[in-house]
Amino acid sequence: MTIKKGISLALLVIGVVALGLVPRMGASESLLNLLILMFIYTMLATSWNILGGYTGQVNLGHAAFFGLGTLTARMLYTGGCPLPLAFLVAGVVPVVFSMLIGVPAFRLRLRGDYFTIGTLALSQILYITIGNVLPKITYLPMADIQNYQILPRYYIILALTVFTIGVAYALVKSRLGLGLVAVRENEDAAESLGVNAFAHKLLALAVSAFLGGLTGGAYAYYQPSYYFNYTFSPPWSLEPVTMTFIGGVGTVHGPVIGAIFFVLLKEWLVLRVGEYHLIIFGVLFILVVLFLPGGLVEAWERIRRLVARRTTVKATAPTACAGGNNLPGN
Amino acid sequence: MPTTMVAQSLASGILVGALYGLAAVGLSLVFGVTKILNVSHGELLMLGGYTSFWLFTLFGVDPFAGIPLSMFALVIIGLIVYQLLFSRLIKLPTEDKIRTSLLVGFGLGLMLQNIALRLWTADNRGITPSYAGAVLTVLGVRLPYVRVASLVIAFVFLLALQLFLQKTYTGKAIRATAQDWEAATLMGINVHRVYLLSFVLGTALAGAAGTLVAVGYSVEPVMGLHWTLKALIVLVMGGIGSIAGTLIGGLILGVTESAAAVWISGNYRHVVGLAIFILVLLIRPQGLFGAKEG
Repeated sequence: MTIKKGISLALLVIGVVALGLVPRMGASESLLNLLILMFIYTMLATSWNILGGYTGQVNLGHAAFFGLGTLTARMLYTGGCPLPLAFLVAGVVPVVFSMLIGVPAFRLRLRGDYFTIGTLALSQILYITIGNVLPKITYLPMADIQNYQILPRYYIILALTVFTIGVAYALVKSRLGLGLVAVRENEDAAESLGVNAFAHKLLALAVSAFLGGLTGGAYAYYQPSYYFNYTFSPPWSLEPVTMTFIGGVGTVHGPVIGAIFFVLLKEWLVLRVGEYHLIIFGVLFILVVLFLPGGLVEAWERIRRLVARRTTVKATAPTACAGGNNLPGN
Repeated sequence: MPTTMVAQSLASGILVGALYGLAAVGLSLVFGVTKILNVSHGELLMLGGYTSFWLFTLFGVDPFAGIPLSMFALVIIGLIVYQLLFSRLIKLPTEDKIRTSLLVGFGLGLMLQNIALRLWTADNRGITPSYAGAVLTVLGVRLPYVRVASLVIAFVFLLALQLFLQKTYTGKAIRATAQDWEAATLMGINVHRVYLLSFVLGTALAGAAGTLVAVGYSVEPVMGLHWTLKALIVLVMGGIGSIAGTLIGGLILGVTESAAAVWISGNYRHVVGLAIFILVLLIRPQGLFGAKEG
């Protein structure tokens, strides 16, 4: 187990170092942009997964957190606020907002679907309201645009991505993370064992909102111009769900794999089928939810187990294959 | 504020509210019986609207006369969607079923919205028969004939559904299944057939509502989420399983939105409905008229 852990850690460090060296190896600007897009989507999916995947509270309005993050960071940054502070506040504002729905919904122990449609409604409220209050395009400060530097943006967003995955990993491996999974699997049973379901759900919501806002901060720092309400629009709620499910919901690496897969497939499809790619993503998402609820991570596990079984079958007596291939927990 | 303006906004609110009620009753029926929360209901409604749009522009079929056709089209679509997707969730425990159906409906909505975008472009489409502009004026309040007719038709549909569920044998089987599917099975009711029937009835109602929206207002590919939310708001206000409650919820939503458009700003009319929704959800989750859940 520890050897396996050591190997994954080593792979992770190598991956991050490699990503850090990519710009030095003469990578083109378009490749860097593609990687930044992957980083941002990885952050977005990872932040969604903490609440939606581990805690089982499906949030269909993640755009609210992302959008508030972009809005806060952009306002502060263009107002001359130092970048780290802008990122921090971009995370905190969505947390405060998330409590609006989280505290009442979780305290009343409403069924999960009430929370889900509540988040959908809240994100729509923000989308319409921001469109009314700020019906214009936001630009980075003039000095930034005239001298747009991709390299610092690449490194800072890479660092934020590593931080986000790190937080998710630390949370999941902690006692709290086990509590979250317990609440998802059976709330009553978890409570009877002394897990405070209300506090756990609220904590997961807060972390998810903070990281979602931080993702927004990264986007606001990266994107030169966009409509203020664009980052509140429904696709920013739909995509993290799609990516997380395709990758593997409720795992740390699932959203990362999902985000990379999503960005690559999208690039590939846009070139070939144009706008039809959204239809394909819709189909893919439904297929995963219905037939492969663990996403690509589960597919990989199944293949691995199949291969492992084949080899053990060859090695031992044919009766050894009688064991069922039970799916993992979710 | 002049009284005619107040009366006008009240009337507009009632006219659109009846459609909210009709849109919601399909969703409510499906959710109440099968526990499938189909968030692509708005997209199905949109398909009903486009069906009528095609019938009218390609074949000159009058939209009101074409309602059975658009309902039939939605029955077929409902059958396909149910058999291919939602029937697979039927055996899950309720919580899982709701959660998974939300996700499936959400993917389906995304798909249908983009298919509509390809087929009919992003333009706003309306159906304009010769009588489209005709207006009935009562005491200075202007009531477009098509919207008044839509109101009447919506009422007729809701009444017919109520009678069907109360008086017929099949309707009783549907209500029995909604109350307790296990007991219903023991009484010899084919629960799977009831589920299929309820789902298809729900999509057919979405088809009718879509036609009325297309003729009185307009349709566009992104309308799905908007109408799903309207239906959900009404559902939460009216409580599940009460047709009268759903109708009243729809009317309240329509009138509140119109009032908000007059007194606050037209830009915020949809925000007001959503805000009410959140409040009801948090303060009275069983619905304004619904009985407390066990």
